[in-house]
Order: sequence, then C-alpha cells, then structure tokens
Amino acid sequence: MKWDTCDASVQYLLHLGDDALILGHRLSEWCGHGPILEEDIALSNLALDLVGLARQYYQLAAQRIGDGMTEDRIAYWRSDREFRNHVLVEQPNGDFGDTMARQFYFDAFHFLQLEALQHSSDIELAAIARKAIKETTYHAQHSSEWIVRLGDGTDESRVRITASLLRLWPFTSELFEPSSVDRAAHAAGWGPDVASLRGPWLDLVQEVLEHAELQLPESPAKLLRGKTGIHSESLGFLLAEMQSLPRAYPDATW
Amino acid sequence: MVSVSSLEHCLHQVADPEVPALSVMDLGIVRSVRLEDGVCQVDLSPTYTGCPATERIERDVREALEALVGAGNVRIRTVLDPPWTTDWISDEGLRKLEAYGIAPPPRRTSDKRSLLSIHKPLACPRCRSTHTERISAFGSTACKALHRCLDCLEPFEAFKCI
Repeated sequence: MKWDTCDASVQYLLHLGDDALILGHRLSEWCGHGPILEEDIALSNLALDLVGLARQYYQLAAQRIGDGMTEDRIAYWRSDREFRNHVLVEQPNGDFGDTMARQFYFDAFHFLQLEALQHSSDIELAAIARKAIKETTYHAQHSSEWIVRLGDGTDESRVRITASLLRLWPFTSELFEPSSVDRAAHAAGWGPDVASLRGPWLDLVQEVLEHAELQLPESPAKLLRGKTGIHSESLGFLLAEMQSLPRAYPDATW
Repeated sequence: MVSVSSLEHCLHQVADPEVPALSVMDLGIVRSVRLEDGVCQVDLSPTYTGCPATERIERDVREALEALVGAGNVRIRTVLDPPWTTDWISDEGLRKLEAYGIAPPPRRTSDKRSLLSIHKPLACPRCRSTHTERISAFGSTACKALHRCLDCLEPFEAFKCI
C-alpha cells in the first residue's frame, strides 16, 4: 500500500487521525501511573476520547480506500515514516508538567481546528468534527485548569510547569506550517488554512497563561516535518509497543 | 403483526450497560425506528466518542429487536450528525438518573464556550443541597464527573453536560 499516493481526502484523514491516535496512545501510558487517582482517571478518559476519534477518521479513510481496508490495518500496519501526525503529540510523557504542557498546546490547536472542520465541505468529516468538538472543549478546559493550578500553585509547581512549557514550545510551530496535504485540503474546502489558526491560538494560550501568571515561552522554533513522515525517534518506540500484539499475532481476535 | 410502536416499546427495555437505570430511549440516542417489509431499520447516535459501551449498546439493541422481527432483519446505522447532546435525555431520563444517585446534567441555556469553565454547583442527589463541589472533571465512565456534597458529605457522580 502506497499511503502517499492515495486519494488526497484519505491523506487528510490520516493527518487528523494520526494526531488523535498517537496522542491518545501517549496518554494511555499514564493509566495506573497518574499522580492522583482522579487524574489517572482523567488521563485515561482523554486517551479513550482521542482513540475513539482516531477510529472515526480511520473508519472513514478505510471506507474510501475500499478493497478490504480496515481501521486496524491503518493503525497497526504502517511504519513510522507512514504516520502523518505532528511531532508534538509523539513527545514522551516526561513528568506530569510535560504531559499537561503538551496537552494544553494541542487542545487549544485541536479546538480551533475542529471549529473550522465543522464547516468542512466534506460532509462526513464535518459530522465527525461537530461531534468531537464537544469533547475537545472539555479537554481544553481540563488542561487549561491544570496550567493555572500549576502556574499559580507552589514555587515548585511554578518552576516545573514553566520549564515544561518552554521544553514543548519549539514543537508548536509545526501546527501552523501547512503540509502539501493541508494546502490541498484547504483549497478543496475540507479544512482550514492552518497558518491562519496561529493568531487565535496565541490568544487562547496567552489568556490562560495570564490567569496562571506565567509568561509566554520564548525559544526558537524547530523545523519539523512530522506531517510528511519525518518524525523524532520517540515515534518508533511508541509504535513498536502499540503495534506489537497484532504484528506478533496477526490472526488474533478479541 | 409487529408495529413500530411495539419495537419502540421493546427499546424502552434495553438498558445502557454503564448506567442501567436508563434505557436507550431515555438517553435519546435512538434517532429513528422504521419498519419496511419486515426489516427494522434503526438509527443510533453515539454518546461520547470514547465510550466503550457504544458497540455493546448496538449489540443489545440488535438482539432485542431480532427477538421481534427475526434474526438478520435488523439494520443499524450510526448517525454522527447532528451530534448527540445531553439535552436529548428525556425528562423521564433525568428523573431516573437522579433517583439512581447521579446528578443529571443541567439543560443547556447557551452555547457560549470558554476555555476557562465556570461550574455552577449541582444539587446533591441525596440531600438536595446545592452546597457542593466538583472533585474531578472525569469519572468512572466517559459520561460522568465526580462531585461531593459539602452538607451531607457524600460524594456523588454527575452526568457530564455536552
């Protein structure tokens, strides 16, 4: 299967679905390791929502590819170079501050992205977005509240969340750099011009950071190409674990 | 002779696997039930995207209806749009939730969204006090959050409003 030559609408669904699956898998790694019981449950709930969302994108992509394609084949039988997610979402969980900084940056972007996708000319994609924005709003509230709680908390929480926000910051520029698939999707009316989301995203991020009495991080952007399949080494390790069961036992069924 | 109303009556007996006090009809996820040439066509809307009960609900609905129209005569379609909202839970459903000990979701009055949420205190399903606080935005299932009553001191679950 040549993923980069399939229909543009399918490639766009892979962009969207891969962000949801990879971030969902990362969050699932917290299951049983959360700092407090409530947060363990919260992180697992976020993971469930994102994996559920990835399934909707993949099911639609599989239907459009036809020829017996399945959501599982898309999730478990592609290599790292065939994944189209942003490098931000594959970053390791680090400590709780790193996880929340990653989540906060992504949630604000995801909310704006879904807001635009609700009006997509691809009506099946628009239907998924209208559903997902409800949960994503809930996620964004949760991560924003943690940024405020940690920033406005103790000296230690403040130092650590400041460091986390700075560490993850260079990965955010890729969110607003259109790939060729993003450009094609925008031209077809399927999705937003991602560069235009940068201003509203900065406003959202800044508003929460002000509440948290934190500064907007300053550090140079990285040149990242996750959306064309060039990933950090973290993704390979993540996939090795996530895909191990179906690859070792291809005939396994639940 | 099977009628649409008997099929709907049957669906009133199909419980949500995670909140068994509610039927799929109370939840408002059955968008339509049609009957044509002995084949029953049902449109279902999923509740929360991450809800693991979605497939179980579909199976339960199929089994219940097949008992009336016969195996292989039930077609189930998943309808995402318009998206399900807690506003679709029936008044009866809200009463059942509260009687079951889960604070029902408030009816939505506006669609204004903000990253910094404002939480209106919910009434405790046991003592009715509104002197309550939210402990966690997420609960034991995708549809619930955890709250605590500051008067009777009992924790309680609340249905997330989406």
